[in-house]
Amino acid sequence: MSGSKKTEKKKAYGSKKTGKIRKNGSKKPVDVEKLKEGMVIIKDDKHSKMEVEVPEVKSTGDYKKNPVYIYYDWCKRCGICVAFCPTGALGRRADGSPYVPHPEKCIHCEMCDRLCPDFAITGAKR
Amino acid sequence: MSNIPQKQIHKYLRHDKKFPHVWCPGCSNGIVLGATIRAIAELGYEKDEVAMVSGIGCSSRMPVYVDFNTLHSLHGRAIAYATGVKFFKPEMKVVVVTGDGDATAIGGNHFIHAARRNIDITVILINNNIYGMTGGQYSPTTPDGARATTAPYGNIDRTFDICKLAIGAGATFVARTSAYHAQESKLFISKALEHKGFSLVEIVSSCPVIFGRLNKKGSPADMLKDMKDNVITEKKYNELSEDEKADKIPRGIFVEEQVPEFTATYTDLVQSLQKPKDE
Repeated sequence: MSGSKKTEKKKAYGSKKTGKIRKNGSKKPVDVEKLKEGMVIIKDDKHSKMEVEVPEVKSTGDYKKNPVYIYYDWCKRCGICVAFCPTGALGRRADGSPYVPHPEKCIHCEMCDRLCPDFAITGAKR
Repeated sequence: MSNIPQKQIHKYLRHDKKFPHVWCPGCSNGIVLGATIRAIAELGYEKDEVAMVSGIGCSSRMPVYVDFNTLHSLHGRAIAYATGVKFFKPEMKVVVVTGDGDATAIGGNHFIHAARRNIDITVILINNNIYGMTGGQYSPTTPDGARATTAPYGNIDRTFDICKLAIGAGATFVARTSAYHAQESKLFISKALEHKGFSLVEIVSSCPVIFGRLNKKGSPADMLKDMKDNVITEKKYNELSEDEKADKIPRGIFVEEQVPEFTATYTDLVQSLQKPKDE
């Protein structure tokens, strides 16, 4: 098992050395499988050499049920978003990760968005 | 739909680098990175217009993750490299991201002389009161009495006031804010980028894993709450008595003035000397 894993790693490094940019330009940008519904690939302006995966935020109506999007792959469970949520819409699970127990309390102030050091949470309204 | 802040940030990140980034849980560097990207996105600079230079340290890991022209240089020498970049390409916006130890201890001379010259560089100085990356040695900004790995019974040195140092050295834009005031950080950084001349934005930040643990400051959120209470506006700070001032830090724009800029003066000099002789 471990041997096969090592060879896989070596292959990955080999492709990096050749300088070819992989299609998504990324090892693991955001967990696409989990968030597949909300994801689009946008091509950036002329200066960008790679395709950037950006979470798409659905516009109408949806934000009342899901006021914030949380990318658990990037989250480090520091608890800042929960501590500074002014209305208590966010809560913490037993492992420290944030979730939204009271979506109706969210006032879309985007405090969590500004203070997240890992870009792991974003408001869904705008 | 077009103004989603998070969407802006994702546009400016290098997604082929390993995410989530290398900083510890709750480190303020990520907040400052977010504020910087928002400021640049709001000003509408193109990615090729901006050069981000850094030295060594936790904060200096920042250029790795952003998709501008970036330069990761020697310890303390970020401003020296940035001077070179600015001199060769005067139209480029040069941003130096540096830490407190990087800029004021090891690169102290570069810092004061760049300020004296008034070269058009924006320095974002993230002050976390300690050398975080190398294991928690005390830095010039470690508060009096605070513990560090190399000061287990408390630091006995006096603290460096970086903003006063920059004002004394002749910087033409000096501002201080904290990582908790993320929106204000964005505002000050965008003002500093637009300013012609040497501009310094000191951002008081937290190191929850080393400084916070050694000094029993609590969780990352507690450290940010401390910042909210202790980093107060200059007006409020001046109203306090001497005793109350002890553990408070003023924030705001301290200096904003227009003085001839170094690269512009140099270009003028070269042009005046290159005039044809027969005139």
